[in-house]
Amino acid sequence: MSTQTSGLAIETAGLVKTFGDTRAVDGVDLTVPAGTVYGVLGPNGAGKTTTVKMLATLLRPDGGEAHVFGHDIVREADEVRGRVSLTGQYASVDEDLTGTENLVLLGRLLGHHKRAARDRAAQLLEAFGLTEAAGKQVKHYSGGMRRRIDIAASILNTPDLLFLDEPTTGLDPRSRNQVWDIVRAVVAQGTTVLLTTQYLDEADQLASRIAVIDRGRVIAEGTKGELKSSVGAGSVHLRLRDPDQRDLAADLLRRALDAQVQPEHDPVALTARLGAAVSDDNAAQQASRALSELAHAGITVDNFSLGQPSLDEVFLALTGHDTHDSTDHSDDPKDEVAA
Amino acid sequence: MSTATTTESAELAPVSAESLAALLISKERPPRPSAWSTSMTFGWRAILKIKHVPEQLFDVTAFPIMMVLMYTYLFGGALAGSPKEYIQFLLPGILVMSVVMITMYTGVSVNTDIEKGVFDRFRSLPIWRPSTMVGYLLGDALRYTIASAVMLTVGIILGYRPDGGIGGVLAGIALLVLFSFAFSWIWTMFGLMLRTEKSVMGVSMMVIFPLTFLSNVFVDPKTMPGWLQAFVNNSPITHLASAVRGLMGGDWPTAEVAWSLGWAGLFVLVFGPITMRLYNRK
Repeated sequence: MSTQTSGLAIETAGLVKTFGDTRAVDGVDLTVPAGTVYGVLGPNGAGKTTTVKMLATLLRPDGGEAHVFGHDIVREADEVRGRVSLTGQYASVDEDLTGTENLVLLGRLLGHHKRAARDRAAQLLEAFGLTEAAGKQVKHYSGGMRRRIDIAASILNTPDLLFLDEPTTGLDPRSRNQVWDIVRAVVAQGTTVLLTTQYLDEADQLASRIAVIDRGRVIAEGTKGELKSSVGAGSVHLRLRDPDQRDLAADLLRRALDAQVQPEHDPVALTARLGAAVSDDNAAQQASRALSELAHAGITVDNFSLGQPSLDEVFLALTGHDTHDSTDHSDDPKDEVAA
Repeated sequence: MSTATTTESAELAPVSAESLAALLISKERPPRPSAWSTSMTFGWRAILKIKHVPEQLFDVTAFPIMMVLMYTYLFGGALAGSPKEYIQFLLPGILVMSVVMITMYTGVSVNTDIEKGVFDRFRSLPIWRPSTMVGYLLGDALRYTIASAVMLTVGIILGYRPDGGIGGVLAGIALLVLFSFAFSWIWTMFGLMLRTEKSVMGVSMMVIFPLTFLSNVFVDPKTMPGWLQAFVNNSPITHLASAVRGLMGGDWPTAEVAWSLGWAGLFVLVFGPITMRLYNRK
């Protein structure tokens, strides 16, 4: 699948960037294996874009060092530029030019001859479903179209490393899904992707490893599973037939699962967040035991599901906000068990 | 979710994963293009921008016509007896003045353009770095040529007769365009240094008005006070105006041409590196 499964795409040590008094990036250490999608997750102003800009040689770090495919980003900036592509937070294409002109321009700048640049532009526009809009100025494109032309520009020469800086910010859900499909297709060809996002489901959908970054520092790093299990094994959702039995069921779950139980707005629904005593491995087993205890106590359960914790919960737990405040963020029910 | 966004994305053809994969499979990269090639490509970008917004040629068409008409009829009678006499002296000078004045728009366009996302992409490309800026100036050189042609046409209609013939006129324009290209590095510097379009405009005016008016464009400096003559006689604009006037008049003013080229070289050597330093830090 990948031509470069060995080796590291990015390695940074103590990367620092200050703007005046603010330390926008305050000692970031990242290790990104080649051939993977690496997610950098963080709120606005966490230092994600600054980190990406340094790695893409647009900003000079004030401290620490970073290598991209073994090349120092300061001393060997030109080698780095030859292997990376950047799709910034705002469309990195010329809005005054048409889609075709943009791609031909970049093709020429990357050393393609006129004819080759035109052919490549036409093929890319076709593959991205933009043939009809090829002759229109990019400023008349919709948000989804802009993202497409932007990514098309980034893969004009297949890059070894693609930086996607918040690629779906401001897109409607449908365009967002389409961008995700494109990213998957790019990764399938062996390109390493560094994705920054403030959307947890985006990191969840695309990335294999994730660094959570807050106030210029990496506060957690690991696979999705590792991050999720760091905040507990997940939660159990229940729907009872009889609302009067809810308090009884809550008591029972509290004991059986070492769980924090929350009644939902719906008078028959319950959510039990699994406690530390329940590990990822035995969560399903424990949950089914709790289920049989409920049955034993004569409580009829209409619907039962066990969900892994979402990155949402991980993120809020790590950044120190109270996760219990919001009740409407849903867990992804990965292991659904119908009762 | 609004229906507008849904229909909009529904209109978009789906991305074809297979053709995308086919495009990505090739890992070949063409050899790195030369500095000349990338500069010309950026010049092409500037020309495409003119093509999409032709109104921006207003400053190289209407403005120069206005300059020629205004100054010919305003000063002609008083300074040379008649506008027709005066234009023989004025035209090369007003040509120099107008084109040098037009160069200041470079700073404004650099300033507004640089904030756009596309510059992040340009700066992350493995190319000769100054080519983005050189590209601007190449596009502008085309604008200066248009302005020169427009002004010459108006001048000839008003009675200007260059003794240097076509060769002299072309040599004069070539020198003027070359000088303006070099001089524009001041504006790229300001365009990158100052934060807003308005401040770029303000600073440009402060530089351009004294520099162009305090020259021999309108009158012979002999009537000026000594301290002013010292400035005017050594101003790059005076040297350039004398050189262009000489070339178009059929002389070969070697010293003035050399002075103009010398100043042009100095502008590039001083403001080119400062521009690139600012560009790399932006």
